[in-house]
Amino acid sequence: MMTSLLAAGPATRRRRVSTRVWRGLTYLSLILLMAPAAWLLINVLAKAWPHWQWSVLWTQLTSTGGGLRDQILGTLILMIGVFIIAGTIGVFAGIHLAEFARPRRFSGRVSGPLRTASDVLAGFPSIVLGYVGYVALVVGLGWKLSLLPALIILSIMVIPYIAKNTETSLRQVPTGYREGAEALGMSAGYRLRKVVLKSALPGIMTGLLLALAIACGETAPLIYTAGFSNTLPHSLTGSQFPYLTYMVFTGYNSPETQYHYLAYDAALILVVIVMVLLVLSRIVVTRTQRHSESSRSSGGGLRARMRARAQKNEPLLGITGAPPR
Amino acid sequence: MTAVGGVAGSVPATPHAESVGKPPLPKRVSDFARRNEEKGWRSVAWVAVILPLAALVFAITVLAVKAAPVIGHNGWYFLYGRTWTYGNQGYGGGPGARFGAWAIIWGTIASSVIAIVIALPLSIGAAFALTERMPTWISRPLGFTIEILAGIPSVVIGLWGILAFAPWLAKNVYPHIASVMPDVPVLRYFRSPTGSGEGLLSAGIVLALMIVPIITSTTRDLFTQVPPLPKEGASALGMTDWEVANKVTLPWVRSGIIGATVLGLGRALGETIAIAMIGGAALRIPSTIYLPFTTIAATILTQLDGQLANPQGVATLAELALVLAVISVVVNLVARLIVSRTGRVGAPVGGA
Repeated sequence: MMTSLLAAGPATRRRRVSTRVWRGLTYLSLILLMAPAAWLLINVLAKAWPHWQWSVLWTQLTSTGGGLRDQILGTLILMIGVFIIAGTIGVFAGIHLAEFARPRRFSGRVSGPLRTASDVLAGFPSIVLGYVGYVALVVGLGWKLSLLPALIILSIMVIPYIAKNTETSLRQVPTGYREGAEALGMSAGYRLRKVVLKSALPGIMTGLLLALAIACGETAPLIYTAGFSNTLPHSLTGSQFPYLTYMVFTGYNSPETQYHYLAYDAALILVVIVMVLLVLSRIVVTRTQRHSESSRSSGGGLRARMRARAQKNEPLLGITGAPPR
Repeated sequence: MTAVGGVAGSVPATPHAESVGKPPLPKRVSDFARRNEEKGWRSVAWVAVILPLAALVFAITVLAVKAAPVIGHNGWYFLYGRTWTYGNQGYGGGPGARFGAWAIIWGTIASSVIAIVIALPLSIGAAFALTERMPTWISRPLGFTIEILAGIPSVVIGLWGILAFAPWLAKNVYPHIASVMPDVPVLRYFRSPTGSGEGLLSAGIVLALMIVPIITSTTRDLFTQVPPLPKEGASALGMTDWEVANKVTLPWVRSGIIGATVLGLGRALGETIAIAMIGGAALRIPSTIYLPFTTIAATILTQLDGQLANPQGVATLAELALVLAVISVVVNLVARLIVSRTGRVGAPVGGA
């Protein structure tokens, strides 16, 4: 490859121009990506702020306006439920995939029907799951539009994410930890519980937080499983359940002006919840890196790269991209 | 990394105290627990990992059973037909119902293709800028912003899209594109009328924004995993930035990028709320790329409500959901095939 390149060296001017263009395009694409993101966040804040009232947080929704207390509580209840149901199942599924599933090939990336199913489920359209929930749970089991079918469908949706993240973080536990534990005579179960899971815990928590971020922002699978109501019901099944995203979806084109404001308020609250979850997960991630075996310098800065290379006994000088000649 | 499987054969012998008489009960219980703890972990984990598979099979079975009564009635017309009507009783169903979903399937594929065409180059470019050209103190907060974009609820993106972004596009961007497009076969599709902003192109662009974070963050991780020696070697041979990127870095991570792209494609195909808000919900193939359209997911969302009392409508929507499920499963399996064919990373050159 190298020799052919040298032999067919293209004209200097063209190479210089192509590099300039390439650099320009990379920056341009970054700008094209960041600008809408910034616009979106500023837009939500700017539209919600002028008429923001803190009472939105503790008054009930009425047919003409009011606040979003029960919708916020509903979203939090959904998140807690998903955390318990999907968290338990997802983490155990991840443990199976990382620790017990027999590796089929020696390439490090294992494939099998179980992992395939998990991946396919991760890409499964949420509205289809919502439809299945409606047909099977809401109508089929007679639960009506309520909390329980919504929880089950949301949990099924995020289990693959949690499983995947758990698997990845378990695989990043240094081999030395396992070998050390085995050398100390720990039984396999004890080793898993006290050593492997413990050091993978921050990574697993990250996955759970990201799954919660997904869960709190979902609308499509909830509309036909949870329905919507102004107030919190007192039962798991039988009565419709309030949540924030529905307010955004329907509020903006409601004839009631107060509802337009509430739609933006709900959007702002959702963004804040997601940001809190992401910041938490970021804090947890920095703790994970202490444990992980592969020194992934995610930022790619010079100092991080040099530190990583020093650990691997690699040359410290990192010149990528010489000036064009 | 590969040492994680097959721990079964190496359970260390726990010390047994079976010399004189039986040990006291608590001791026996704890011994039993210790000997069987791994078994417990294994069985619980096995049950947990079966659940996604079971859920998948269950979902597809439910859809198939629900759709079964109308699959014969709708026939192949469902896949290529262009007339979608609930019958001469109006919206509530009745005789004369015809369900040709081609426009809906077309809209699903078209919007996802637009999203990928926009998102893929943007993501690769942005990932390059972040990893190769910027110091950490800039790239880290920028990367975090991209993660936030990935986490923003689609309904919030839809709200911004329909009230701020799409009207802006329709006012300031689309007319300019439309005015320069010549009247030739493919490009004719980009000519006016440009509409109000609710439509295929707006939805495609917003979808692109939603999948860009997925592809960018994966691509960024992949780029940082490319060992520096091949890149430095290429630079030392006099290659320019572009040549290093094009000849060394990108081939190294190609299959990973394909995998991430297909993941994004899966999300684009299944995205519901944002499309329902921005797409305009028109059950036809739009005459220009700017005009209202619909996708399978958005159709299910917007139509199911009115069809709950009409068994034929509910069943037909189940068939639609089945089509979407099949598309997404096929896309996922193809992605896995591509990734396993092309291998995980490039040839092991240099250290690492």
